[in-house]
Formats: sequence, C-alpha cells, structure tokens
Amino acid sequence: MNRKGFKIRPEMVPAILLVFGFIAGAMESKYFLDPKYLLDSSTQYVETGLLALAMTFVIVSGNIDLSVASMTVLVACVTAKLMESGWATPSACAVAIGLGVILGAINGFLISKAKLPSFVVTLATMAVYRGIAQVLLGPNSAKVNAGFAGLDTQYLPGHVPIPLVIFLVTALILGVLLHRTLFGRWVFSIGTNETASFYSGIPAAKVKLGVFALSGLMAAAAALLMDSRLGVARFDHANGLELDAITAVLLGGASINGGRGSILGTVLALFLVAVLRIGMGVANVKAEYQLVVIGSLLVIAVLSGNFVERLSSARKPSAAK
Amino acid sequence: MRSDLAKKLSTLREAGTIVLLLAVVLAAWTKDHHFLEAKNLNSILLWIPLLAVVGMGQMLVILTRGIDVSVGSTMGLAGIIVGMLFRDHAGLNVFVGAGIGLAIGAVLGAFNGGLIAWLKIPPIIATLGTLSAYRGLVFIVSKGDQVASNDIPDALVNWTMNGPIKVGGVTVSWLLVWAVVASIITAYLLKQTRTGRDIFSIGSNPDAAMLRGIPVRKVTFIVYTICGAFAGLAGVLYASRYGFVNPGSAGTGFELIVIAAVVIGGTNVFGGSGTVPGVLLGCLLLGTINVALAVLGIDETWQKLVYGLVILVALILDSGVKKWLGKLSEVGS
Repeated sequence: MNRKGFKIRPEMVPAILLVFGFIAGAMESKYFLDPKYLLDSSTQYVETGLLALAMTFVIVSGNIDLSVASMTVLVACVTAKLMESGWATPSACAVAIGLGVILGAINGFLISKAKLPSFVVTLATMAVYRGIAQVLLGPNSAKVNAGFAGLDTQYLPGHVPIPLVIFLVTALILGVLLHRTLFGRWVFSIGTNETASFYSGIPAAKVKLGVFALSGLMAAAAALLMDSRLGVARFDHANGLELDAITAVLLGGASINGGRGSILGTVLALFLVAVLRIGMGVANVKAEYQLVVIGSLLVIAVLSGNFVERLSSARKPSAAK
Repeated sequence: MRSDLAKKLSTLREAGTIVLLLAVVLAAWTKDHHFLEAKNLNSILLWIPLLAVVGMGQMLVILTRGIDVSVGSTMGLAGIIVGMLFRDHAGLNVFVGAGIGLAIGAVLGAFNGGLIAWLKIPPIIATLGTLSAYRGLVFIVSKGDQVASNDIPDALVNWTMNGPIKVGGVTVSWLLVWAVVASIITAYLLKQTRTGRDIFSIGSNPDAAMLRGIPVRKVTFIVYTICGAFAGLAGVLYASRYGFVNPGSAGTGFELIVIAAVVIGGTNVFGGSGTVPGVLLGCLLLGTINVALAVLGIDETWQKLVYGLVILVALILDSGVKKWLGKLSEVGS
C-alpha cells in the first residue's frame, strides 16, 4: 500500500483514546478501576456491542442502518409476549431469531431491490418497527419466562459474565467473516465502488441483502440478551442504541463513505464508549451531559476518520485529487 | 425530455397525495359524518403551521440530497430559550421573541451546515450527532425545568387562538399566516433566485454542479442555516400552540413527522425535485391523518407506526412511479 511501509491503522485512534479514557476514569473515581465493577458494568453494553458488530458490515458496505434499536425492541417485545402467553423458551427464541432476520431482510430488500437510500429506508422502518412494538404492548410491559431471566448474573470462572463471553465469541466469528472470507471481500468491494463491483460480477444486491439480514440477526441476539437482563420488555426500551452503535463503528476507524473499517476497531471503540459511559456514571455526570458527550464523540469520530484518510492519501502521490 | 419526465413525475405524485387525502377524509367521514365540522377543521388547521414551517427548511435540505434529523431538537432548544426569556423578561415583545428564536435556529443550523459543507461529514451522521447534542443542551440550559403556561405571554398564545380570517367557526390562525410567509419565502427562493437554481442543480447532480462552478459548499451551508432558522421559529410557534415548553417533549420526534410530510408531498429523497405546494399538501395530509385517527378511534400508540408507514409508502410510490415512467419513455423513444 504504502511506499514507506508505514500505514496508519484505523484502530489507532480508539486504542489511544481508550488509554486516555482509562486514565481519566481512574482519576475521577477510585471505584472505577475495580475489575469486578468494570466486568459487571460491561454486560449492559453487550447489546450495543452486538448491534455495532453488524453495523460495521453495514457501514463498510457504504450503507447505514438506523433501525437497529427498533428491531431490537420489536423482537424483545414479541419474544416476551410469546413467553407470557405460554411459549417455551427455546421456541420463543427461535421465533425471535427468525423475526430479526426477516426485519433486517425487509430493510435489505427495499435498499437493494427498490434501490432506495439506506438512511431514508431505515429511518422509516425505525419508526415502523418501534411503532409495531408500541401497538403490540401499549404502555404495558411483558414478562419473560422465569428460567430465561438473569443470564447477565451468571459467570464463567474469574468473574467473567456470560454476555461478555457471547459478545467476544460473536466478535471473533464476525471478524473472520468480514476479514477472511469471500463475503467479507465483497462487502468491502461494494463499499468502495458499487458500480465497479457490479460489473466485476459481484452479486451486489445479494450482498447488501445479506448485510442487512445480519444486522437483523444481531438485533435479535441483542433483544434476547436484553430480555434476559431486564426480565421484562417494553416498547420504549433500547432507546437511542443506534447512536451508540454507529458512534462505536465510526470511532473504530470505519469510513462513513464505506470501504474501510474493521471489527477490531469497532471492539476497541466499544470498550471506549463503555468506559466513557461507566466513567461518566461513577462521576455522576447527568444523562443529558452524556448525550452531548456521545453526540460530540460521533462528530469527532467522523472528523478524525476523514483526517486519517486524508493523511494516508496524502502519502500516496497517485491518490491526488 | 428530462425536464418533461420530471414534470410528469411531480404532477403524478401530487395527484397521488390528493387521492390519499381524499381517501383519508372519506374514511373518517364514513365513520363519523361530523368529521368535516368546524372543530375538526380547526384542529387540522392548527396542526399544519408547525409542520409547514419546519417542512419548508427540510424540503430545501432534501432537495440538495441531504437530510436534517436535528430539527426537532433545534425546535426544542430555540423554544426553551425564548420561553425562558419570556419568563424572565415579562415585557418582551413577541415578534422580538420570534426573531430571537429564528436567530438561535439559524446558528444551530449553520453549525450543521459547517459540519456538512466544510468538514464533509455526511448529513445523516452530522445531524444525528447534533440531534443528541442539541437535546442535551435543552436540558442543560433549562436545568430540566419546563416553561409553564403562565410564563407564556398572552400575545403569543393569541397567535394560536385568533387570526385574520374567521368563517363560520373556522379560524385561520396567525400561526397559519407564519406558515404562509415561510412558504412564500421558500417558493421565492427556489423560483426567483440564483441560490434556488443552484439548490436544484446540486440535488440533481452534485459532481456536475461542482464542475459547473456552482458554489456547492456555500449553498449547502445556506440551506442548512435556513432549515435551522425555520426550525427555531417553529420552536417559538410551538410555545404559542401548546402554551408551555417542556424540555423532554418539545419537538421530540418531530423530525420524523416533518420528513414524512416532505417526502409524501413528492420531494424526491434523491434530491433535485420537489415543490412548495407539494410539501404543503403533504402537511395537509398528515394533519388530516392525525385528526382522522382520533375520529376513527385509533389511539396515540399507533402514531409512530403511521408516520413510519407514510414515509415507506412515499418511498415505494416514488421508486415505483420512476420505474414506470422510465419504461414509458423507453417505449416512447
């Protein structure tokens, strides 16, 4: 790639910020560096994490999925409703997974077949999916089966919460899928230049469909973890998770224009967002200030991404515009 | 040929919106023969102004292939600041208040515009960030307290309660006059100024617009600034319409309704085509749907689903009509 053999890795930005985040958190409160506390707190970010892993595929393919939180909440509500009406846990979970894939595929179909821009389609389905959840449950909450609740309080030896393990294993699998398989190459290819990909025989529409279905699948997984963690489902849960997920992906070095990004970067950035949120939590920073911080972080993430892009293209004389 | 096609497309789409509107009215009227009476007409007429004022700015943005999802938060921030000014300075003139709201909105919009035009952040990402950031600022500025109804001056509430025209119990409120003013300004900008032509060029083909020497960045910046200014004005109108400003609910989720009105009104999400009358029709349709839902006995929990479906229907209509027209012109030529 680079004549000098030095390449600015997109993961560098979150990695450096993560170190700063830890130092700041440790200075803010002595409770922050307690590993048990950090591990316990991590479970509530696993749902965002799963969404962000799939969002990495979506963004690398040059699209965006604003409906992830709404898919999560719809699947969570349907699953809890089924369990409340007497369904056994395994069959309810199977329906949840199927529903998630279908919701994601609907997005994918509208985007790849009807050729509509992803941000408008998913903005609309963001409202539709949460709207259906609201119509389904109204202001009530639905309870999950007793045996299904509380996965987040179960640990592997060494106080490692089960959801964290699920997240890390999923990250590994999706990392291999994105960086080591043909499908992954295709995702990068359509994100870099869709027209060129199409003419080189890549089934662009199918790849996009697959990417959005994957996003739905991860939303279903997040929904099951959320149901288990909270024990109940409500239509207004998982509010604004799409913002955290998108922030994490962009902070992880993915280009919003597609064609660049990595699962490792997303995972590092997720830890950064989690550390920031936990840090702001122990420092008693109010929720509204947290909103401002995360919103600004998103903008900074894109800016730093653009900056890195410009730096690395400036080093390549051929890439002059 | 090209402009012919565009013209055909827009008349078709507006006709479609009118058909939808008639269908909604008919459905509501079949259920309740009193649907078209003064009370409901007044509710519809009061529902339109906020939507139309914000919708005009949003249309300009969408015409350039952009989107602004921060308008709801901009409304909230301008509304709460002006509301607090009214609370702390009892004698403040309402028109000065509206001007301050407009100015606050313009600053917030200019910030969006700067991020998008010069820092090259895609519109959906930039405004998603400021959607959160501006809403956070609403809570910070207001310390979480709402501006209560007795702090809103009577002169401001008067904009909602009274108006220049009253026919048989139906009031055309001053709020609606604001909406008409905003629409005329927008129509003038689009039809009579160079910036208006540039907006269409950028939306039709951004690369070609750049090559033709159109100041793309400047026009983009102006468009987001106007969008913010209208949203800021709408924040003050919100205070008039509802009589209070709550930091949590003022403008929250409004971006969705606005985008629904703009796209169902025939503004193409790919940019470059859309009209002021079309958007006004879209606002009328959404206002009618909103009042009709209540008449049909469908409660508030359905609202989000309905607005989302409206956007989806508009998108599918657009893509369907485009394909159909494409086939027609192929056969013709």
